[in-house]
Amino acid sequence: MRGGGAEMRTEAPLLEARKLTVAIGQRSFCRDLDLSLQAGERLAILGCNGAGKSTLLSVLAGLRAPQGGEVRIQGATYAELGARKSALIRGWLPQSRGDAFASTVLETALVGRHPHLERWGWESAKDAQIVRAALAAVDLADFERRDIQTLSGGERQRLAIATLLAQEPQLFLLDEPIAYLDLKHQIAMLDLFAKAARENHAAVVMVLHEPALAWRFCDRVLLVHGDGLTESGPAKTMLTAERLSALYQYPMLAYECDGQISFIPR
Amino acid sequence: MPTRRRALLILAALTGVALLSILLALVAGSIRIPPAEVLAALFGGADGVSGEVVRSLRLPRALAGFACGGLLALAGALLQVLLRNPLADPYVLGISGGAGVGAILAILFGVGVAGISGASFVGALAAMLVVFGLAHGDGSWTQTRLLLTGVIVAAGCGAMVALILSIAPDHKLHGMLFWLMGDLSQASSPGLVLGVLAAILLVAMPFARELNLLARGSDMAQTLGVQVSRLRKGVYLVASLATAAAVTQAGSIGFIGLIVPHLVRLAAGNDQRLLLPASALAGGSLLVIADTLARSVIAPQQLPVGVLTALIGVPVFLFLLARDARRGR
Repeated sequence: MRGGGAEMRTEAPLLEARKLTVAIGQRSFCRDLDLSLQAGERLAILGCNGAGKSTLLSVLAGLRAPQGGEVRIQGATYAELGARKSALIRGWLPQSRGDAFASTVLETALVGRHPHLERWGWESAKDAQIVRAALAAVDLADFERRDIQTLSGGERQRLAIATLLAQEPQLFLLDEPIAYLDLKHQIAMLDLFAKAARENHAAVVMVLHEPALAWRFCDRVLLVHGDGLTESGPAKTMLTAERLSALYQYPMLAYECDGQISFIPR
Repeated sequence: MPTRRRALLILAALTGVALLSILLALVAGSIRIPPAEVLAALFGGADGVSGEVVRSLRLPRALAGFACGGLLALAGALLQVLLRNPLADPYVLGISGGAGVGAILAILFGVGVAGISGASFVGALAAMLVVFGLAHGDGSWTQTRLLLTGVIVAAGCGAMVALILSIAPDHKLHGMLFWLMGDLSQASSPGLVLGVLAAILLVAMPFARELNLLARGSDMAQTLGVQVSRLRKGVYLVASLATAAAVTQAGSIGFIGLIVPHLVRLAAGNDQRLLLPASALAGGSLLVIADTLARSVIAPQQLPVGVLTALIGVPVFLFLLARDARRGR
């Protein structure tokens, strides 16, 4: 998605968390978390419902202030960069969307171009081209003129991904990117982000509920236990039946087949 | 696909409509003045009764009406985005309620026109500060909380207005009711409201694309590069001032602020870069036409213009809604 941005990469990691403490009220989700993500890396965040995955992700996205520590993207804090420059670096896929007003699919995806436009600027033919390519990438090429309020849950999810692709960030923060999607589109979307990491030197963080997909599509994993304890490491060593049983507080069984792995609740 | 060219074309057409509506307001009334004489009175400085009527009675009233209609429609459009609620209107946050209490009290104590305007403006500002202070409270600022605070303050003001109406002497009731339903007959100094309308459009337009994002959710807007908390405070302030200025000049004229942004949205889409100026032009034109009808239908008697804005706005709105449903959007 990015043209010519690769050479300009700086030494600083795309995403860095230092001594990060995230809590809501009395409940802390992580304490003194250190995290660093370089271009091309993909990190999965796994944990139970309510363990604080989305909260942590929104702190990493600069939407919420941490209770301690700091978050840097390309070496700078969100405050130092300002909203607009931050938007050129990191993109965020929210978990839920409410559409208050009617709008077409094309107009909705064009919103992603906002940080690239001048204050008085209007979307150009080039922006439209980028957006159409993004819609095609998520299999929505023929949906341009459809009202978003008539889309199915999965179609709406893919439109949100297209909007994010149109934004062309280097750091993707994805909150349940494959929610509502059928199996085919789950794999297609995860392939899309894997490709962005591989070919466009993007870094990807995704909250997932399917450990097997994390094993297949991510090189690192962060397990969020919900009591302030977090563990991180390479996906292939972290994702074991034993660790996942402890994480989900339910006995799990790992089943390998054809080079893929599946985790089955016992 | 939104383009600048399409927006300019639509705005040019609406400017034409606005000029026509003002011309209509100058021609029609208890005495009918032909368009040629109207133009002579405006540009040639024609003397006589008709010249005087056009210049010092109808023109100020038409311009004040245009400005108030524009302000109300603009405030409605802004608040619908701020609250992400298509049902929001300029009065939903209690600003007109506060103005109403101020104005009715002023009428009750028998102060003059300037006193009524002053009191209603003070009431509007007081309501605005109360709602903002309470909703802002601990620093978190959700749409629901703002909306609920506004609705409750508005309900409180409504109760106070009802209380004053029930104890007011009979001969003052007529004036109070006209103020409450919206009335342009006292509007004689259009310069100030026109200035406010122009200033608010100038302030809002540079942020129009950011408002498009805000309409899609504040977190979404923030991650796409909008300084959300600053923008929301600004929108609240600007929309409140627009409402206060309009209500002070013309009383609480209903429906314009709710219906006009929807009309424009149905006809031209929800891009705030077009929606904001188009709402101002369409709201102004609608109020000028309604006011012209209000003072000419049963002339020399006058109807409250707020009744007519509703009578015109509701069928037009229902027609557009039905057309939209048939198109199957």
